[in-house]
Amino acid sequence: MSVDLDQAWELNDQVALRPEPFGALAYHYGNRRLTFLRAHELVEVVERLAETTDVADAFDRAGVAETRRPAFLKALAALAAGDFIRPRTTATDSRGASTTDTEAA
Amino acid sequence: MTTAPPSPNRLTDQMKAGLDAPICLTWELTYACNLACVHCLSSSGRRDPRELDTAEAEAVIDELQRMQVFYVNIGGGEPTIRPDFFHLVDYAVDHGVGVKFSTNGSRIDADVARRLAGSDYIDIQLSIDGADAATNDAVRGEGSFATAIEAMEHLAAADFGEFKISVVMTRHNVAQLDAFQTLADRYGAQLRLTRLRPSGRGVDSWDELHLRAEQQVQLYHWLLDRPETLTGDSFFHLNALGPENLPGLNLCGAGRVVCLIDPVGDVYACPFVLHDEFRAGNVRDTGGFTRIWRESDLFTELREPQSAGACASCGEFDACQGGCMAAKFFTGLPLDGPDPECVTGHGELALASAGSIPSTTSDHSKPVRVALSPTRRQG
Ligand SMILES: C[S@@+](CC[C@H](N)C(=O)[O-])C[C@H]1O[C@@H](n2cnc3c(N)ncnc32)[C@H](O)[C@@H]1O
Ligand code: SF4
Ligand code: SF4
Repeated sequence: MSVDLDQAWELNDQVALRPEPFGALAYHYGNRRLTFLRAHELVEVVERLAETTDVADAFDRAGVAETRRPAFLKALAALAAGDFIRPRTTATDSRGASTTDTEAA
Repeated sequence: MTTAPPSPNRLTDQMKAGLDAPICLTWELTYACNLACVHCLSSSGRRDPRELDTAEAEAVIDELQRMQVFYVNIGGGEPTIRPDFFHLVDYAVDHGVGVKFSTNGSRIDADVARRLAGSDYIDIQLSIDGADAATNDAVRGEGSFATAIEAMEHLAAADFGEFKISVVMTRHNVAQLDAFQTLADRYGAQLRLTRLRPSGRGVDSWDELHLRAEQQVQLYHWLLDRPETLTGDSFFHLNALGPENLPGLNLCGAGRVVCLIDPVGDVYACPFVLHDEFRAGNVRDTGGFTRIWRESDLFTELREPQSAGACASCGEFDACQGGCMAAKFFTGLPLDGPDPECVTGHGELALASAGSIPSTTSDHSKPVRVALSPTRRQG
């Protein structure tokens, strides 16, 4: 799945974000996946996706520098693949198979 | 899965320094158990009279919700024995704390299975330690295999969906890896394999049960070929066997991303170190679990950079991280040296001159009954 600058996305409402020193942890209650958002700006982008016109707008508002945008698009694509964010117009349902399973280490 | 935009630090370094709340919290609801598995990490059997009551358990869940702990792994003892078990599960789910619980299956009848199938936020792990009754029952007790299979049948019949079958790897069941996979496939379940630690009653059975060196190699390759197998990330010490790492976190998460709340509210660094030395506090203390997680001396210490000790001169340290703290502790090895199952053989050498094994500080085993007739003929 790819995410482009001119697309409109939103955070899946089954996903919770927990602030951490490095950014945030995101947890998807539906497919029980856990992922790490490893930049504070990325957290801001993801939180604001729903209220922005498109991804480029979200980057602008979160102050993401041009040079970092390709990496951020990749990060968003990974989030989309895990169903953490969804395209804003169409409803998708992709229950992933992967599960968080760190028992202890 | 890791989403990594520009970030100078490696994720594992960030994890080693600790998170604001645990990722993997195990909560043992009771020490009571109908079984008496020979390897039981929590030496379970008898209920502890100081067990958290329903209101106290709810208060723990409230706190987890405030800390945004997304889910808990419920264990024990046999958690389903608690009369308020389903109430607590519902309470957790209603408060945004997802539940995965581990069970020997004894209470999963048709009704319970239907009830469980009704929630999207409950995940179940059924434990077996052999792919047939003989192998399983030698560890988990007479009849326990049949009980677990019956529970699986009920879950499948109720359309629960994908549950987990969890197996602790021993030298007697490693030959059954493919059979476990077949069993899991039959029930549409996910297979989960984890490492045996010399914890609890495992202190006494580990010598006879833990994998032999060649079996560790076999398991490593089996897992590399099947990256979808769940492992609790428990086999990272095997990473020193080859250039390829097993998927998952490669670190000891004790007190950093992992911890345990026991039935009486004591908080330990990990489920495999139920010992006073790794007890960070009690949820009944002022400041509760939050304060223990964020401020306790023990957890603060565990998050500091750890010395590699005798492992520092070994070229494999990056791959295996020195292995499991619990495994070292309960075999009398120094915590900053090799794991007793170190794949380069350093552990065996260390074991030869290991200190004494720390005596248990938490044992809830049922009193041993004198057998009237020979009960174990297993070889
Ligand atoms: C302690 S039990 C508690 C829940 C429940 N009674 C059950 O058996 O699933 C949780 C899991 O830990 C596993 N286990 C027990 N002793 C262990 C040990 N020494 N090392 C690794 N895992 C162990 C069990 O087989 C089970 O899958
Ligand atoms: S491992 Fe066995 S003895 Fe221990 S709690 Fe589970 S069923 Fe009971
Ligand atoms: S002590 Fe062992 S079981 Fe516990 S977190 Fe560390 S590596 Fe995992």
